[in-house]
Amino acid sequence: MTEPSPPPVFLERRSYRRRRIMDALRLLPVAGVLLWLLPLFWPTAADGPDAPAPLAMSDAVVYVFFVWVVLILAGAALWWALRASADPTEGIVRDDR
Amino acid sequence: MASVNQLIAVSLGYVAFLFAIAFFAERAAARGRGGWLRSPLVYTLSLSIYCTAWTFYGAVGYAARSGMEFVTIYLGPSLVMIGWWWALRKLVRIGRVHRATSVADLISARYGKSNLLAIVVTVMAVIGVTPYIALQLQSVTLSLSIFSGPEGAGSLNQFRAAFWVAFGLAIFTVLFGTRNLNANERHDGVVIAIAVEAVVKLVALLAVGVFVVWGIAGGLGPMMDRIDTSPIGQWNMDRSRWVALTALSAAAFLALPRMFQVMVVENEDERHLQIASWAFPLYLMLMSLFVVPIAVIGLDLMPAGSNPDLFVLTVPLSEGRVGLATLSFLGGFSSATSMVIVATLALSTMMSNHVVMPVWLSARAEGAQVSGDVRDVVILARRASILMIIGLGYLYYRFSGGGAALAAIGLISFAGVAQFLPAMLGGIFWRGATRWGALAGLVVGFTVWVYCSLLPSFGPGAVLSVATFDNGLWGIGWLRPLALFGIEGIDPTVHAVAWSLTLNTAVFLIVSLVTFPEPLERLQGAQFVNVFDHSTQARGWDAALATSEDLMIMTQRILGAEEAQILFRAEARRQGVHGQLPEPTQAFLQHLERELAASVGAATAHAMISQLVGGASVSVQELMAVADESAQILEYSNRLEAKSDELTRTARQLREANQKLTALSVQKDAFLSQISHELRTPMTSIRSFSEILRDTEGLGEVEQTKYASIIHGEAIRLTRLLDDLLDLSVLENGQVSLNLDTGQLGDVLAQSILTAQAGSARHLEVVRHPGEDPVRLMTDLDRLNQVFINLITNAQKYCDAAEPRLEIDVRRTDTAVEVVFRDNGTPIAPEARALIFEKFARINDQDGSGAGLGLAICREIMTRLGGDITLDPTLKGNVFVVRLPQLAALAAQ
Repeated sequence: MTEPSPPPVFLERRSYRRRRIMDALRLLPVAGVLLWLLPLFWPTAADGPDAPAPLAMSDAVVYVFFVWVVLILAGAALWWALRASADPTEGIVRDDR
Repeated sequence: MASVNQLIAVSLGYVAFLFAIAFFAERAAARGRGGWLRSPLVYTLSLSIYCTAWTFYGAVGYAARSGMEFVTIYLGPSLVMIGWWWALRKLVRIGRVHRATSVADLISARYGKSNLLAIVVTVMAVIGVTPYIALQLQSVTLSLSIFSGPEGAGSLNQFRAAFWVAFGLAIFTVLFGTRNLNANERHDGVVIAIAVEAVVKLVALLAVGVFVVWGIAGGLGPMMDRIDTSPIGQWNMDRSRWVALTALSAAAFLALPRMFQVMVVENEDERHLQIASWAFPLYLMLMSLFVVPIAVIGLDLMPAGSNPDLFVLTVPLSEGRVGLATLSFLGGFSSATSMVIVATLALSTMMSNHVVMPVWLSARAEGAQVSGDVRDVVILARRASILMIIGLGYLYYRFSGGGAALAAIGLISFAGVAQFLPAMLGGIFWRGATRWGALAGLVVGFTVWVYCSLLPSFGPGAVLSVATFDNGLWGIGWLRPLALFGIEGIDPTVHAVAWSLTLNTAVFLIVSLVTFPEPLERLQGAQFVNVFDHSTQARGWDAALATSEDLMIMTQRILGAEEAQILFRAEARRQGVHGQLPEPTQAFLQHLERELAASVGAATAHAMISQLVGGASVSVQELMAVADESAQILEYSNRLEAKSDELTRTARQLREANQKLTALSVQKDAFLSQISHELRTPMTSIRSFSEILRDTEGLGEVEQTKYASIIHGEAIRLTRLLDDLLDLSVLENGQVSLNLDTGQLGDVLAQSILTAQAGSARHLEVVRHPGEDPVRLMTDLDRLNQVFINLITNAQKYCDAAEPRLEIDVRRTDTAVEVVFRDNGTPIAPEARALIFEKFARINDQDGSGAGLGLAICREIMTRLGGDITLDPTLKGNVFVVRLPQLAALAAQ
């Protein structure tokens, strides 16, 4: 058995792109968490009379669903991009770097 | 208004349709035309069992009570799916590689196939999920009662209706859920029925939503206005609940037994997960899209005090849309039934694999290979478990009276199963997680959940006394179920979730840190955590102890005769063995265990194989493999060490060979000088005496004769030397032809002694043992004679004792006849022993008469005769042993 050779420093363009798509995939839920945590900062009626007026429910609905749609579209786009750049010699799930 | 009977007829028709679809799907799959059953679309739709009747009806009620909070139940799973790369990908891969059949199986397999852990998880899952099943029954009967009009004489008996619903679900699950034993094979019928139901409930909810927005409110704009002017028109969110419920639903999505069933067990292709990662959030988004509008319109239209949980039905009904209401009813019915079917299936697998089978196996001491069809037992256990679980759900519904708001039970159930999460995620991401850590974490989390969430849900005074609520357990203030550690003012759900999960995780981590895992546990831990690096199981069975017959019998009892034969035949073919039964190699045992695990769970399969094999042996090499990188280094250094050992050995051999060569070369040089001396001495005397004869005049008769006989003697000596050389070269080249003859060994010896002593001046006493057995030989007697003469002559020449003496002894062993020549001279030095059979070897050079060829010739002769000659090491004298093969020695006659 030979020792595993160190990974190459520079990747070819396509696998570089794939790595960044995977990075984006990993970051997507983080973005989702942050965006959906944003409603924590909205004023509510329980904050007392000095607080700004509570947000209208219709705006809240639009915001939550807008984030949802963005996440779904981003997820679908990343899936499509990953599939399009899929290297037949390199398994998608195998590559964990 | 539709009568209940009409509705029941529609429901029955719908159920018949589902049965038919499930039936045809199974048929198509059995005929190998079920490719479309395994599409990503079906996978995504089957995930929708997350949306139960609780979400179908309850979400609207939830929204009517607390605005946008309902959406957290969908946000958590959406985040988990979108973040599939983090956890789900690994979970699905582990589930597939290790053929996990359930959450309990996964956790038990990770922690060294501990059945105790599996039982604990199973019991927790049953306790956590049973109220949820009751909830589904409740929602179906509640929705039916809406159609039955005001309560009165003709109104529906809810309990009886619930009973029939439960009965029908049990039949469906038994029929399509236990058809095949292998839990890793897809339940195609069940999955396709669920997928159809997923479409029905989505279409139903969207239809009601569209009707509400465009039919009642008059479009999007007016709808938004109505939302803002409604009682829930302002953002009024309890912030801690927003975070806690999102996290809780995400945790439950991963840990729910039914979600594990559809997401991992029924997964056909890992790529489906990638598509579902965005398609399932899309489904969830669509499911919740119209929840707020329906709630707002319901609050607006319906009389005060009507149940907001049923707005999905009552709003269309109040507008006279019976068809829409019926569709909506079917949607709710679908949500309830699909959840019950899959949850029951998942729980029954856990029950039969981790509770019934271990008990059954330990009850029969003979083990798995003795009488009794395991397959039947497993299927029976699974069916009984299905009936039991649905029965439990029904009983819970019956005795809880179906009062509490739907969403409350749902959240309690979620918090219960979420307790699996630390052990699960810890197990797949952290090698240090141990069995005791997982067990302690689960028990602590579950206890806190029961005390802070489940028991208080029955209300003060029901299970926990009012005093306990006010003053804590045993009057200890910081043990109040809704204010643990004296921290008050937290929302009860957030309180229960936060404390149970925090304590669970903390105990899990701490106990894992202080305990030490068993070898199998460490092995499994490495396999799980590094599942992407090596998707193979390296686990040692002592393969030699199992026989293929036993394994075959056991496998037949679990998988069925045909499948077992196919499996064994394939393995036999792979091994290149002719016939049915392969060799029970370690690799085969591992493969077999995994196949069995798919049917009866990892812990049971492990137990069954260990009954046959007698315990798993984890070898040292495998343990080293656990330590991964350090193991690699260790392995590498081990290899280096082995190599250097080998090199040292080779070097030593080379050195020895070199020494021998050098010695031989010295011998050869010595011989060459010796032989030249040998040749020159007679040549010189021949030449000088022949010159005297030629040149000297008047030599006397006597002198002439004397000189001529000297010349003659020297010539004979030369000839003998040359003869010896020739003889050796002929023997070495294998050109000798043997004259086989029969004769007595004793005669040959006697003749040899006579011949050897005839020409010698030195006295040698030769002693023969008189009582020896007569041995008849069938060999080349002349050559044997030559060997004997040589040995006796050597003794004559070189025995330096004052009274030289040679004992000749004949011994018989099992395989040979040995003739032993033992003299009383000085033993040959050990360093010379290795060389005396070599050509030109001369022990002592004081006598120039030998050319050092005698023993070499003897050895060559004995080799030709099929025997050998050796010098046995002794302290006194020299012992040469001539061995003749048994074949040459005929039985004494």
